[in-house]
Amino acid sequence: MSLGRFLIRKTAIAIATMVAVSFLIFLALEVNVEEVAVKVLGQYSTAEQRAAWLLQNGYNDPFAIRYLRWLGNFVTGDWGQSTFFRAPVMDMVLPRLAASAILAGGALLVIVVFGLGLGILAGMRPGSLLDRVISVFSVVTTSIPDFASAVFLSGIFVFWLGLLPGASTMISGFSLSELILPVSVLGLYSMGYLARVTRASMADVMNTHYIRTARLKGAGMARIVLRHALRNALITPVTVIMLQLPWLLSGVIVVEVFYAYKGFGTLLYDAALNQDIYLIEACAMISVLVVVLSQILSDLIYGWLNPRIELGAKA
Amino acid sequence: MRQLTPYLQKPLVVVGGALSFGWLLIAILAPLIAPYDPLLTLQPLAKPLTQGANGEFFLLGTDMLGRDIFSRLIWGARTVVIYATLATMTAYAFGLIFGLIAGYAGGRTDAVLSFLANVVLSFPVLVLYIVIIVTIGASPVNIVIAVTFSSAPAIFRIVRAITIDVASRDFVRAAITQGESTGRILFVDILPNTTGPLAVDFCLRLGYTAITIGTLGFLGLGLPPPTPDWGGMVNEGRAMAIAFPHLVIFPCIAISSLTLGLSLLADGLREVNEAKERQA
Repeated sequence: MSLGRFLIRKTAIAIATMVAVSFLIFLALEVNVEEVAVKVLGQYSTAEQRAAWLLQNGYNDPFAIRYLRWLGNFVTGDWGQSTFFRAPVMDMVLPRLAASAILAGGALLVIVVFGLGLGILAGMRPGSLLDRVISVFSVVTTSIPDFASAVFLSGIFVFWLGLLPGASTMISGFSLSELILPVSVLGLYSMGYLARVTRASMADVMNTHYIRTARLKGAGMARIVLRHALRNALITPVTVIMLQLPWLLSGVIVVEVFYAYKGFGTLLYDAALNQDIYLIEACAMISVLVVVLSQILSDLIYGWLNPRIELGAKA
Repeated sequence: MRQLTPYLQKPLVVVGGALSFGWLLIAILAPLIAPYDPLLTLQPLAKPLTQGANGEFFLLGTDMLGRDIFSRLIWGARTVVIYATLATMTAYAFGLIFGLIAGYAGGRTDAVLSFLANVVLSFPVLVLYIVIIVTIGASPVNIVIAVTFSSAPAIFRIVRAITIDVASRDFVRAAITQGESTGRILFVDILPNTTGPLAVDFCLRLGYTAITIGTLGFLGLGLPPPTPDWGGMVNEGRAMAIAFPHLVIFPCIAISSLTLGLSLLADGLREVNEAKERQA
């Protein structure tokens, strides 16, 4: 399959997924118009006010019409007004998304460096003591819920050692030290998985005949790993990195709430606590869009790194 | 017993199993172990290892409403064990049935079910929970529904893949030739072959579900108070954690030890299964 056709196929699947997702979100949050009116106008609005509001905003139309109108508005950039913040949803979501991208970017860096690094070290000599230690470490870090590791890390670095700030509000401008803890918590939770995938892939490659041949030739360990093993061992892990994004997005919510970081996660959290349905809809749509795009990217990277695999053959 | 020996020789299985079954035992025996009623106000914000005015002893201190934290942790084990198990099992029921159907029927049925599973799986888990909880509210039953809805597609995928593999083997063809009913083929011939990988996945997923219930509690979207719930305890104690770290540290240790135990157990089981396959 050519690259063009592959992209067209993947994009078509992505669009179909997004349409289905948008339908689910709309169905969940807006199928019951009475509840929509209560959530938008508040609990203490009168029945007449709600009826008038529903009529005025086209909520008396059939569900299918309302869904298509909502979808059309969403695609053209009209995401409605936030009832809690009293501002256009789009103006709020985009800057918050940028703030979270800094956090997620930092976390990805930690995940890539430590996840790949530890995985390579462990997989170089499967069964060695170093391998066992790294394996246990990666199980431990991925098993602890992120809010608990946030508590533990803050306990150590904020209250005990007094080295780092305990909140990341960024009130007095951007501050790198306020990023360290949230990024570490996110990174710690996700890097264990990447380390395990890398280790498995590396261990497989180290057992292949061409690596044995290199060893028998008397090549040094560094040369074997760097020149021969890595290129093949890293194909799967690099693909997996992109697939970490959904987990990272979930983690971002917890970590931002914990450290009071003003990003996409706290926005969705405030929206949920305040039943701000238009804001929830937009946040949910955007987070799924990010996931779907990252999957396409992951497929492309896989095809690019592994020329033996024909694009689209993976299905 | 002899079948269990390879498992008991693995330190991962022993440590993981001890942690997991330890918490299970605590959950079952909660009324016998807990020194006080988890909802009873005794004395607010007592530090750990202190005595109360009426001669009570607070091993892990008390919270701002004066409830004994040790007793709340023990009853919290019961909350998480009951709801995590219930939610994981309902997710399994749906994932198994649809996975068997999709893998065995193939064709259009498989395509539709797989697409639906992908749609649900493209939500970041927590975003999906928030949408569901905002729609139907936070209650014990709704949390089970939310977990089922988000976990079943992942189980579906695993079961579907195994079913496709098993269905192509000779004994299934033989069963079809013999004229066995589809239901019998699915549940008597194919299902037992999925138990190895699924046992590993079940332990892992039980851990994820415990993490999820804890995280929802931490976000204030979980089980409604005053239910003793570890995540909820962290949420309630967070504002005062600087002065009273015992409010949050102990529930975090509790949930981490449970989820760690479950993943160690899953890891150990996987290693033994892989070793068995290599021998076979």
